This record gives sequence, C-alpha cells and structure tokens, in this order.
Amino acid sequence: MSEIKKIKNLKEFSTSADRVVGANLLCPGCAHSIIVREVLNATNDDLVISASTGCLEVCTAVYPYTSWDASWIHIGFENSSTAVAGAEAMYQALKRKGRLLQPERTPKFVAFGGDGATYDIGFQWLSGCFERGHDMMYVTLDNEVYANTGGQASGATPLGSSTTTAPAGRVSYGKKRHKKDMMAIMAAHGAPYVAQVAPNKWKDMVKKIQTGFQTEGPVFINAMSACTTEWKFAPEDTIAISDLATDSLVFPLYEIIDGKEWNITYRPKNIIPVRDYLGAQGRFKHLFKKENEYLIEEWQKRIDSSWEYLQRREESRV
Amino acid sequence: MADKMDLLDVEVWDGNMAASQAFRQAQIDVVAAYPITPSTPVVENYAGFLADGYVDGEYVMVESEHAAMSGCVGAAAAGGRVATATSSQGFALMVEVLYQASGMRLPIVLEVVNRALAAPLNVNGDHSDMYLGRDSGWIQLDTFSPQEAYDLTLMAFKIGEDHNVRLPVMVHQDGFISSHTAQGVKTIDDDTAYNFLGEFQPFNAMLDFEKPASYGVQTEEDWHFEHKARQHNDLMTKVFPKIDEVFADFKKLTGREYRILEEYAMDDAEVAIVVMGTSVESTRIVCAELREQGIKAGVLGIRVLRPFPMEKIAAALSGVKAVATLDRSSPNGTVGMLFNEMSGVMINATERPIINNYIYGLGGRDLTIEHIRGIYGDLQENAKAGSLQQPLQQFIGLRGPKLSFY
Repeated sequence: MSEIKKIKNLKEFSTSADRVVGANLLCPGCAHSIIVREVLNATNDDLVISASTGCLEVCTAVYPYTSWDASWIHIGFENSSTAVAGAEAMYQALKRKGRLLQPERTPKFVAFGGDGATYDIGFQWLSGCFERGHDMMYVTLDNEVYANTGGQASGATPLGSSTTTAPAGRVSYGKKRHKKDMMAIMAAHGAPYVAQVAPNKWKDMVKKIQTGFQTEGPVFINAMSACTTEWKFAPEDTIAISDLATDSLVFPLYEIIDGKEWNITYRPKNIIPVRDYLGAQGRFKHLFKKENEYLIEEWQKRIDSSWEYLQRREESRV
Repeated sequence: MADKMDLLDVEVWDGNMAASQAFRQAQIDVVAAYPITPSTPVVENYAGFLADGYVDGEYVMVESEHAAMSGCVGAAAAGGRVATATSSQGFALMVEVLYQASGMRLPIVLEVVNRALAAPLNVNGDHSDMYLGRDSGWIQLDTFSPQEAYDLTLMAFKIGEDHNVRLPVMVHQDGFISSHTAQGVKTIDDDTAYNFLGEFQPFNAMLDFEKPASYGVQTEEDWHFEHKARQHNDLMTKVFPKIDEVFADFKKLTGREYRILEEYAMDDAEVAIVVMGTSVESTRIVCAELREQGIKAGVLGIRVLRPFPMEKIAAALSGVKAVATLDRSSPNGTVGMLFNEMSGVMINATERPIINNYIYGLGGRDLTIEHIRGIYGDLQENAKAGSLQQPLQQFIGLRGPKLSFY
C-alpha cells in the first residue's frame, strides 16, 4: 500500500505538480478541470487514466498535443471503465509474472466519464467492472447533460431542465423525469467505497479521493460538475453555483462504505431553498413561469425527502 | 509460473481446442472474453487451463463482446500479450472497438470462429462475420482446418507484435466444420512454441511511467487522413514481408509450409476456383479428380484476406481462362466480395480471365463435391466459349427455383 499524500492547505494543493495541464480546450469556468486536478493531485502515485468520449477527452488530447502528463487512454463513449480495467488486469498479470517495467511503482487506475457515459451508454461496462471487482476508481463528471454534443438530455438530467432533446416550450417544461440515483445503484453492486463530491468542497473531496485510492477494489465517485455552457450561468460563477448546489442539498455530499455505512460528510449550516439554486441557472428559467411554479415545489419536496432518507440511512447502519 | 502441459506429437483436437492450446502456449498476459457459439470452447478450454494451473495470465470474463475487445484494448495499451475469441453477433458487437484497436496499433489476436449473422438467427458457419471485419484495419488470416487454426493462431502473435507491424490480427476458422471437428493435429512442445514467439516486447506501454503515452486521441480533418493513410500503407507494405518471414521460420521449426496465397495446381491451370475456409480442402479434392481426367483445374485458397495479396493473385491468375469466385456471405445487393476483389486485381491485366461469382454455404449449408464439380463444369464451358455462358452470379445448393443474377 502506498503512502497517503499529505496536503496542508489549498495553496499547497493548488500548486501541486499537475498531471493534467491548463493548456486545454475546456470552456472558461468548466468544473471538469478543477475536479480532475483535485483527483490527480490527491496522490503522488503514478496514474493510468482513461476517459470516455466527451468534453474532457476532446478538450485534452487533440493530436499532436496532449494535456496529460500521465498514461492516458480513450477508446469510446461507453467503455472508459473497461479500458482502465483492462490496463489494471495487465498490471496484475505482469506483476505476477515479474515483468513490470518499474516494479517498485504503485500505480492507480482511474476512469473518467461524463454522466451520459456513466448513467446511460456506459452503464453496462461500468456495472461489469464493479461486479468483477477491478482495483480501480471511476469518476463521473456529472454535469447532468450531454454537454460535449451541445446539451442533449441524459439519464442524469434533472426534472424540468431544458435541453436540446427535451426543450422547454409552449406546452413542455423540459425533462419529465428525475435523475437516476447512481450512488445507490453503485453501492448495490457491493462496491467497497462510493462517494459524492463537489469541487467547491475541496477538502471533503480530497479526503474521499484519498480514501478511494486506499481502498482495494472498485471505487465510484460521483462528482458534481457545474456546466457554465449548458446550465447557463456566467463562467466566473462556477464555484458560487456549486455552493448553491451543496448548500441547497441538491447535491448532498456523502459516502457509502461497503454498501451499508452511509456517512453524510457535509451539513450546511444554513440550508438554502432549492428555488435559489434553480433560479441561478438559465436551464431552469422557465420553471419560474406561473404555470410551472408547482415544479419548484415538487423539487423542494423531493430534495427534502432525499435528505431525510440520507439521514435515516446514516443512522441505521444497515 | 504456469505448469507445462505434456502434449503428444499428434493430438486429436478440434479447431477450438487447437486455438485454445495456441493461446495457452503463447502465455498471453490478458484474455478478456465473452462466450458465443461456436467459439465458446476456445475460452472455456482456456478457463480450464487456468483452473488447472496451466495459465498464469489474467483472464477477465467480461459482460459482453464489446467489453471483451474494450478490455483487450486497455490491456494491450498497458503493454503485454493480449487475445480473445468470438463469432458472429459477438463479432458484430465488437466492431466499434475493432477499429479502435487497429487505429491505436495494438497487436491483439482475435480468434474468429466464423458464423452467420442474423436475422434469421443461425449458429452455423458462414463468412459474413469475417466479411464484416474486412475494412477494420486488422490483418486477417484464414485457416482451412484445425491444424492450420493451431499453427496460424501461434504465428498471429509473432506477426502482429512485430514493432514494424504493430497491428491486430484475426485468425479465422469455419464454425463447426473446423471448430467442432476433431482431427489429428501435430503439436509443438510448450517451450518451443513460446520461444518461437519470444517474450512480448512492449511499445509505448501505458505501464511505462517514465514515458507516459496518450492513446486514442482526437484528430479532425487536419490529421485523421494521415493516420489512416499511414496505417493502410503499413498494412500494404510491412505485413507481407513479415508474414513471409514468420512462415519461413515456422517451416524451419515444424516442416509445415504456409503461403500468403495457397496455390493448388495453379501452374498451368486453365480453370480455377478462388475460395476460403474449409471449402478450400473440398475444392482441392475435386480439382485433383479433374486433373486425373486431364482437365487443367486449379484452386486458389485465400490465406491472407487483409492485407489482400493483389500482386500474387494477378500472377497466379495470369493465363487462366475462367475463374469462379466463391463467396460464403450474402452480398445483399451486389456481387460477392471475392468477385469484386478478383475483378479489381485482373481488370488491368493484358489477358483477363472470365470471372463469375457463386454464393454458397450460407448459415452452414453444405457445399458438396457434386456442387464443386458443377462449378468446374461451368468454368470449362466459359473457357471453351471464351465468354460467360451463365449468369454472372449464381446461388449454390439453394432450395426452390434456381436464383441467379446479371
């Protein structure tokens, strides 16, 4: 087992040696690069990284350039999980056969996928990897939309969000269904560690990523990635929007250990109304029309009941 | 360390067991696989070897063929020897990742036990899956018997893994007729077989942390074409010399001779059949019979489908008067692939043979000796008349009214 990297403060953390460099094509204000840096900077170990087709991939590896100072692979939209699982299998094989090039190293295997890649098209591959128990971490960059292709609805798109494939219009309020509970689904796979993180709560995030790296077996991380382009807010407001998400409990921060130990890791001092979170984003603008206002109430009820559920699960320890 | 297996000089193996044994002897580092008829026994046998300690690599039993090839790509990019097996629908599900594997220049070996593609659903052998893969940038080796499945599967690693080649290789065998038909297979002992391949030599391995590599990057109109052109150029120029070299080494080792184009009685042939898979052997039987009757018949067996040995074919067909191309895949709206390829090869020749096309054996339908005699009969008519005497395309062994086109 490798040593846990000691991180004193944000200044030191933010100036750690970067293995994904700022020279990339992501939108100004994109949370992806913040999250990826927070994941990569949480360890000093070598990394084998995979990325699903999506914003992160098309913006960081455009030939003849690469933003990655770490081993990196992209195959397709659906299989970043299996790509890194294959690499992990090769590591195990070469370790057993004594053929590792640098046998003293203790690499970590990390797959990144957007919510479309995770909740929708790549779900089977992800599920298979977790059933087989590869020693890997899967990180969802959850911006609740197919952002790379221009804002189509995914299985993670929340109720009432306007997307290009489920737009709000004269007779429609946008997405008709709530997002999947991916955290519970992955915990139900028997994963030893499942956690939800947000880039604005960097200490919470680093702790969880480091726990994940110390955990043997498949680790699932759902990272909220506020999308300036598709959520429609100003690029400089990414962290402010992220604060609204965590403080309204739309994105509660918690972890699930071995499927049964649920821990809430962030309890906002002042819980803000969901209305404030929705109102800060263009994708929900139409919900504030009179005929749609009931949906804001429905949102609040759902978030209240989810928070209640989380707390009961935390207490029950079953 | 995996245990060695004592093999008899001649083992009774079907094509699937022959492929599994080649996999075992190659000491593959990662097999990621998903079972499908008729290739299932390849991975079942391999799992049995693992369970008994004859394999010490990783065996990842994934949840689909797409994941099988995805895992193979990740493992191969990490830097080691990788292989899997599939058929038919599984092959079709893999197709997306087949292009990724070749585009990333990863020398994966894929045993394709050929089977028909649905609908209607059919588990028997034809070449529609093999044809589906022919533009995927892989090297495609075709075998005609379990012995050849064993030999070519071993050689596939040596061909694809060469640092000048670095391309994935499919080894094809006919579903059931080869895969499930036990024959005497001459074996190579474990050490000799492994030493013939040698230890895998990594190239831009993801597990080399001193030299991190990015795999599967984006290229648009500025660079995509150059990558594809370079891959094609390497297929056309670097693969044949390597195959020749490996075939020569293999002959030295075993006495068994393979050629890029398997010519049978072609030297002075006037009528010739071009065919693939187990039907090559049936066609040779009829050809020998015709030779005894003084008919100048020949057989061209396609050993290497991709890259396609155009120059060798042009030379072999030079002087032949009539050629039949036998395709075991529904052309669905045009002529068969082999007809197209042969026509393309011969179009600029000074003496062009008359070429026609037969579709046969779909979904495992038998191609009988009598059918092949009939085809040679057509060819003799065409050769004598100096022009095509039948429709350009005919279906062989089909129930109901005789279908033919053009």
